[in-house]
Amino acid sequence: MNPLLTALARMLIFPGLLFAVPAAWFFLWVERKAVARMQERVGPPFMQPFWDFVKLLGKSTPPRPGIAGFIMRTWPLIAVSSAAGAVGLLPVLPASGGFEGDLILLLALLELPSICIIAAGFSSRSIFGEIGSAREAALSVSYNIVFLLAIVSIAASQHTFRLEALATMPSSPLHWLGVLAILVCLPAKLHINPFSLPNAEQEIYAGPMTEYAGPELAMWELAHGLERVAATGLVATLIAPHIFAPHIALVWAVSLLAGCLFVVLSVAVVLLLSVLAAATARLAIDSSVRFYWQCTLIFAVLVISSAIFVRFRS
Amino acid sequence: MKFWKRLMCTARRKSPWLFHMNSGSCNGCDIDIIAALSPRYDAEQLGVLLQGSPRHADILMVTGPVTNNAVSAVNTVYGQVCGPKAVVAIGSCPATTNVFIDSRTLSGPLDKHVPVDVFVPGCPPRPDAIIAGVVKAATLLAERGNDPPKTAVAIATAEEVQP
Repeated sequence: MNPLLTALARMLIFPGLLFAVPAAWFFLWVERKAVARMQERVGPPFMQPFWDFVKLLGKSTPPRPGIAGFIMRTWPLIAVSSAAGAVGLLPVLPASGGFEGDLILLLALLELPSICIIAAGFSSRSIFGEIGSAREAALSVSYNIVFLLAIVSIAASQHTFRLEALATMPSSPLHWLGVLAILVCLPAKLHINPFSLPNAEQEIYAGPMTEYAGPELAMWELAHGLERVAATGLVATLIAPHIFAPHIALVWAVSLLAGCLFVVLSVAVVLLLSVLAAATARLAIDSSVRFYWQCTLIFAVLVISSAIFVRFRS
Repeated sequence: MKFWKRLMCTARRKSPWLFHMNSGSCNGCDIDIIAALSPRYDAEQLGVLLQGSPRHADILMVTGPVTNNAVSAVNTVYGQVCGPKAVVAIGSCPATTNVFIDSRTLSGPLDKHVPVDVFVPGCPPRPDAIIAGVVKAATLLAERGNDPPKTAVAIATAEEVQP
């Protein structure tokens, strides 16, 4: 098939926009519902994130004239498009294309929403936004060390920066260690309890999102949902090939199975994160930073050393 | 266009986000608002969420008889809530200033300063009455959309929801 057509289909249909946007709403619902069930509540109805989104689109926004207002309106759009692009890059279906170095692009796109949140808080000129942005910056510096080292170590041990090669690599202790390290970083990346510091509700109003209203806020909600799809999807694509080996000759059946497995694994990761969110309370910023610098650095050291070991042995 | 309007109407009815404001209340009503959002009453199954920032809210819940110091705060926060918006007065204080009537430190009741859509009387009102008031305000929002608030107001009581 035409590679351009394949790339477009991945970006726009599966796992891109057409799949990712409903999946984002679904994952937001799964998280809220799971937390509600664990607190013995009924929880929100299935369509709740969708209704929230539509309602926010219909609300007015305060007038923000000039270049400052334009910049403020731009950040959520950049966050949404980069998170959607990250989902589109995931090698969900077998033999779906990709290019050398797409792992680096994926990491950049996964990081962009967090940078947008920092910039949005500062450009909103609200003191609560600035506090939230400063927290987000401190947190992202801490968890990214482990997150990036884990992924880069896996890639270095395979001599490639191609996502598809990583997704289909043979199972090894290094691989599982890397997945574990990524999982440890996910709550901070997705701002879930106990690391819900940047947008700490009530404590600093709504953090960087304090001044956002209406359609701009709807875009932020969508960006948060898409970030969940991208980050849990990354874990799912790293685990999936080790559970399901494509023995079936039919390409369509393999694709269908791989797609279903991707969704199931992503939901499982979201459920895992919801259990953590329901069971814990918010940590202070210094404890969170200390947790990532002191306690999880052991993961970074382990994955790096085992990657060096694998390289020397091969 | 008609489809979009109907969709928006449903969305506004199903997703009321609240901002809670205390204008000099004794905290009795505030405790009952928290109770209405707690697992026992679980307002989230109606889509209700308590928001930290007034910019995100649709419904402003005001408790307290509006003291002189609170007037400017009430006006500021009402201005910060983006339209379409509704105001719910929780308790007897914002409705009539209750036992503090004729006090020289008050400039209540609330509807002297901002247009109130739903009154939830009680000292304090029961959590189910508060939820009924929020649902009523959400229905009002869905019906009127971007039009300015009308003069007719609704009253929500616990009898409507209790068998």
